[in-house]
Amino acid sequence: MSEYVTLREPYAARRQQSDADFLGMYVFLATEAMLFGALMCLTFLYRTQHPQASALAAQHMQLWIGAANTGILLTSSLFVALGVLAARHGQRRTTAGMLAGAMALGVVFLTLKGIEYGLDYRDGLMPVIGHPSPVRQGPAGLFIDLYFVATALHALHMIVGLVVLGTAATLVLRGAKRLPGQAVVVEMSGLYWHFVDVVWVFLFPIFYLARG
Amino acid sequence: MPRQALTLVGVWVALMALLATTIAATFGPFGAWKAAINLSVAFCKAGLIFWVFMHLREQRGIARVVALSFLLWLAILMGLTLADVLSR
Repeated sequence: MSEYVTLREPYAARRQQSDADFLGMYVFLATEAMLFGALMCLTFLYRTQHPQASALAAQHMQLWIGAANTGILLTSSLFVALGVLAARHGQRRTTAGMLAGAMALGVVFLTLKGIEYGLDYRDGLMPVIGHPSPVRQGPAGLFIDLYFVATALHALHMIVGLVVLGTAATLVLRGAKRLPGQAVVVEMSGLYWHFVDVVWVFLFPIFYLARG
Repeated sequence: MPRQALTLVGVWVALMALLATTIAATFGPFGAWKAAINLSVAFCKAGLIFWVFMHLREQRGIARVVALSFLLWLAILMGLTLADVLSR
């Protein structure tokens, strides 16, 4: 599968170089998984300790915005995967187009997230700011705080992902990275995007679908 | 190339179907099983994304082990945490 790769120092073979590229990125993503994993572990424990309060808090979350965002992210991942495929076939414009499509969906995701936070503010769910809703009293409040920490951390990763995809698309379009020899740029950017998608795939059921 | 693209689209269709399943299950009469169903669906989705979109199926043994190593570390983290909290 690595026949298209342009060999560079210090590697002896294309396959070895490709292995090293993927290995490095997988290690980095594993550290990211630990970051989000700890947060999810905490949330899951909280749900088992306070099942009713968590369900009550989840009932006040915007389930349909969360569901739409899940679909949007899954679709953006398809665009990225098609972009990587095009990059491996040396199709410069298609690659950039697919990455741009994924980025557009990423922006839609963040816009919906912003609208959702606005609704949360209106409903008094936010910590510190706004008029606190009675839902925030007792153990449900901490579950809502966990939701904000986790989704905000994820949104931050989305913004980084947009920058990463945008950089890759620009480099490819300008010819600064030659396809398919240097398709690794698109592959690694894609891995990051897919990973952020996987994080959301878990955040969605843990928070939004906890309504009991 | 069209066949490879078709595989990717197929995975996307499966992911969307899983999303519909998990939402439907939330409104269904499954009681305490809902969390288990939703989490299982999430693992299926993550598996599809890892295996196809994140290129695990193209990798050799060592890269696969490294990519999935976080599962072991997370298992230790969650296992010890649960052992503490649930045995109090």
